[in-house]
Amino acid sequence: MIADFGYGILVVSLVVALYSVAAAAMGVINKSSPLIESARRAMLLTWPLISISALALIYLLVNNHYEISFVYEVTSSSMPTYLKITAWWGGQAGSLVFWSWLMSAFASLVTLRKWDRDREFLPYVIIVASITLAFFLTMSVVFENPFARLYQTPEGIAAHTFAPANSVVFTPEDGRGLNPLLRHPGMIIHPPMLYLGFVSFVIPFAFAMAALITGRSDDRWIRITRRWTLWAWLFLSFGLVLGGRWAYDVLGWGGYWGWDPVEIAAFMPWLTGTAFLHSVMIQEKRGQFKQWNMILVILTYALVIFGTFLTRSGVLSSVHAFANSPIGPFFMGFVALTLIVSLALLIWRWPELNSETEMKSMLSREALFLLNNLLFMSVLVICFVGVIYPLVSELATGAKVTVGPPWYEFSTSPLFAMLMFLMAIAPLSSWGLSSQEKLSNLNKPVLGGILALPVLVFAIFWKQLTFMIGSWPGVVIALAVILAVAALMYIFRKLIWLAAVLAAVSTVYLYFTYTQNIIALIGFFLIVLVLAVTIREFWRAVRARQNSQQENFALAFARLIGRNRRRYGGYIIHVSMMLMAVGILGIEMFQKETQGQVAAGEALTISGYTVKFEDIASWNNPPEQVNYTRAVVGIYKGDQYLGQLYPRKDMYFSDRQMLNPTQPMSIPGNFSSFKDDLYVLLVDWEPASASGATFKIYVNPLVNWLWIGSLLFFIGVVIAAWPDKEAEYATARVRNKAYQPSSAD
Amino acid sequence: MTEINATAPKRGVPLWAQVIIWTLLVGLLVLVGVTLNKRQQGSVRPGTEIPDFTLTLFDGYQYEGRSKISLSDLRGKVVVINFWASWCKPCEQEAGELQQVWAEYADSGEVVFLGVDYVDTEPEARVYLQKFGIDFPNGPDMGTKVSQMFRTTGVPETYFIDQNGVLQYVKVGPFVSADEIRNQLDKMLP
Amino acid sequence: MKKHLRIALQVLALVLILTGVWAGVAAAQGSTPTDDEVNAIAKQLYCPVCENTPLDVCPTEACRQWRELIRQQLADGWSEDQIKQYFVDNYGARVLGEPPRTGLNWVVYLLPPALILAGAFVLFRAMRSWIKPTSVEAGPAESKTIPLVQDDYVSKFEEELRKRK
Repeated sequence: MIADFGYGILVVSLVVALYSVAAAAMGVINKSSPLIESARRAMLLTWPLISISALALIYLLVNNHYEISFVYEVTSSSMPTYLKITAWWGGQAGSLVFWSWLMSAFASLVTLRKWDRDREFLPYVIIVASITLAFFLTMSVVFENPFARLYQTPEGIAAHTFAPANSVVFTPEDGRGLNPLLRHPGMIIHPPMLYLGFVSFVIPFAFAMAALITGRSDDRWIRITRRWTLWAWLFLSFGLVLGGRWAYDVLGWGGYWGWDPVEIAAFMPWLTGTAFLHSVMIQEKRGQFKQWNMILVILTYALVIFGTFLTRSGVLSSVHAFANSPIGPFFMGFVALTLIVSLALLIWRWPELNSETEMKSMLSREALFLLNNLLFMSVLVICFVGVIYPLVSELATGAKVTVGPPWYEFSTSPLFAMLMFLMAIAPLSSWGLSSQEKLSNLNKPVLGGILALPVLVFAIFWKQLTFMIGSWPGVVIALAVILAVAALMYIFRKLIWLAAVLAAVSTVYLYFTYTQNIIALIGFFLIVLVLAVTIREFWRAVRARQNSQQENFALAFARLIGRNRRRYGGYIIHVSMMLMAVGILGIEMFQKETQGQVAAGEALTISGYTVKFEDIASWNNPPEQVNYTRAVVGIYKGDQYLGQLYPRKDMYFSDRQMLNPTQPMSIPGNFSSFKDDLYVLLVDWEPASASGATFKIYVNPLVNWLWIGSLLFFIGVVIAAWPDKEAEYATARVRNKAYQPSSAD
Repeated sequence: MTEINATAPKRGVPLWAQVIIWTLLVGLLVLVGVTLNKRQQGSVRPGTEIPDFTLTLFDGYQYEGRSKISLSDLRGKVVVINFWASWCKPCEQEAGELQQVWAEYADSGEVVFLGVDYVDTEPEARVYLQKFGIDFPNGPDMGTKVSQMFRTTGVPETYFIDQNGVLQYVKVGPFVSADEIRNQLDKMLP
Repeated sequence: MKKHLRIALQVLALVLILTGVWAGVAAAQGSTPTDDEVNAIAKQLYCPVCENTPLDVCPTEACRQWRELIRQQLADGWSEDQIKQYFVDNYGARVLGEPPRTGLNWVVYLLPPALILAGAFVLFRAMRSWIKPTSVEAGPAESKTIPLVQDDYVSKFEEELRKRK
């Protein structure tokens, strides 16, 4: 009954979404604003409708209605209620409804805004958003109905939306329960965050499409959507970070990021989104790069849709992938439609988007932002080739290949290093050193040569860059990087010298106390450089405020950020990136591991830590169909007792026929400090006695800074994205006056 | 802003660039589409004629004195191809039954059982074969050549091929009883 | 006589070498390789039946078996390269973390740098065409109203101070 109701409402919301497309289209054709208004109201109606349908689904999940196929798949009687609710997005069918629900929420939010200045955008935004929504709803209604019941027919038991002939409803005793890997708190928030990020990129895309269709080539659509983009980017970033934390806590391989195709599918829109957030600043200030920004927005959305498709259709196989699903061909059609239509529109409007671009020099602010974009696009190219190539290889030669972490790491790390250096000079770029006079005393050919060298070397030795340090190409590369940094230091010498000295001193200090690894040292040098330059920027600005406003330090600091949120929020994000870089460098370059079998009372030692095996116990939990084995280990740093850890291994009995029917979960015991993490895994044990167990122990230096950095990152983005309507309009007006004195707008 | 636009040169995307972009996009879509199609096919359907393949048998296993077995050698016989692996727990449920049924039909000469060990380690595979006393021809498929041909979706999976080399029946997952195997065989035997 | 001596010496040398080799092999066989030694190799290999999971961290039964196989091979005195080769020969190139540099796989090594360089080239060309040395025809008025760095905090303060007055 409830299921029929929920399904019915879902069908109704699909009809409403389709009506909204039709009404908006008719409204445009007939120039009828009542029709468009009607489309807008229909659009607003979808969210309450899908909410009701979702409530019906949640009701079924919570009340153990196992005759519903989806409920049977993702819940079981033993699951706590909150997990039954979050099981909503624990499987394909439910998560599609969840997606539609978020999508309609965003679409409604955007249709609620004031449209006075942008009437002509409205119908097109509605059309784009409603088509997307209708598409996702169709998938739920036709292919992946979460309300489908299990029916017993002579041929067997299967899920059907409508009762087949000669059938009775089949109600299993208990459900299969949520995939154990998905029961972790990180996994409960990670998918919604990612979906939020994905879905909210639909809005900038819808505006971009509206701008293309209407041919309104000013940057109004960018002004409307830039905050959307920031929030979308925040959700996406946080989804990625939470996914990493989840992997670290649950997957038990001592890492947080495995360069898995599905991870990369979520990372790619992040890359273009980040590039967009940077280049959009130039368009806002100078009206340049309109074509490029349009490309970036379309690309970001295309990557969202394409990535979702790759993951959900079973084209990519990965730990994250959903099982083979009937939505494949239909979804494929939508992807093709999206890509073809947006590309066609872009090519059609290309001439109108042309803007007179002018810049002062190769080192101007614009040039640096473009370099930043080039680097992000380069990382994107690497990721895209890495994800797609296994498909090419499989089709062309029949051979499956793995494009794994080693390949991504050596390919992307030089690019990340260069991005870090750009962050170091980012605050400086706004300080007028881009003006011609300051550079006039430079010998440009010499400078060009110095700068071209590292690019050349990177091109030739790109494989060896990270792993052959110590052999001659490594030396050449190190030399080239140093040359490049030296050249840029020379150019920015007046502003950077203090930070550079600080960074150099820190690096020398680290060389004698921590590591002789050249890559790590380059990384730490860049980190200190960025931190020093950025913090100095804050310091100078706060001091200036203190002097001119007679404010105390804290107030000056708060007001500084408050008055220019986007800029200082941005710098905070840069700082947080550097903290994260500390963590990444730490775990990537200095991770130590050991594994061994010990008897009770014996200990393993690694990097100054002693891990003593104290006890082990194993028990079944029949209702949850799981067997837990938990070890107790005491940990010591030198002689100092630090406490106990409880690494665990959960074995789920499963009746499912998969490639690996008994996939155990290794939950690590983790002792975390600013210096390092002691990460203990229970690998194996002697059955029926506490006599011996095998542990794998990782020491992950500095990894905590990754999580600290991501918290700061969150703060930074919130500062940058916080709605601030009045000020925004005011500054926009001031800028318009200042920059376009002749402009009518 | 509008003024800047007015003065900007209105250049479209050059034709060659358009051709390249569209080609790349279509190429990408075709690539993904073909892969999707392949993924969605599932295992080979009954009624398909199975192309010939050759499997090198484990040491100690042979078929009519040879250490290699080809499907084409088996024309005129019912061939039961069972995919398994030593790490596969459900496979163990049916291993005994398979051997039992094989023992009953082996002498008739009308049926050949063929075990294909899917991506496995040889020492463990031998232990497995010994444990269940399996003596019908068995060979490793470490590089997944044979499994890819059948587009297996997992292990265990069993394929029944008739006397003309046409696939008649596919069993996904373990057999529940020896009778299930017997019934299927009896349907196919004259 | 001299010839005999030489042959004798050669035989002796051969025997010594063979004994040495045998002793080495025996020593290698004698000790069971540690988990760390196994993991050092398993880390570089990928589980042939799972997707993108290194063999050293893969928790499945199948991977445990492969790790034991590596241990056995180490105990038999195989070198790291031999073991890797064995895995590639048996299970295909997908057990390696990156595609081997042969045939079509070169795409993965050459295409990204080529695209990146092409991108850099296009950008460089475009930027060069955009650079206008402080143009005369733009007029002095415009070049003053479009300074690159107007929005620094100093001007902000001035603006704010003006407002407060």
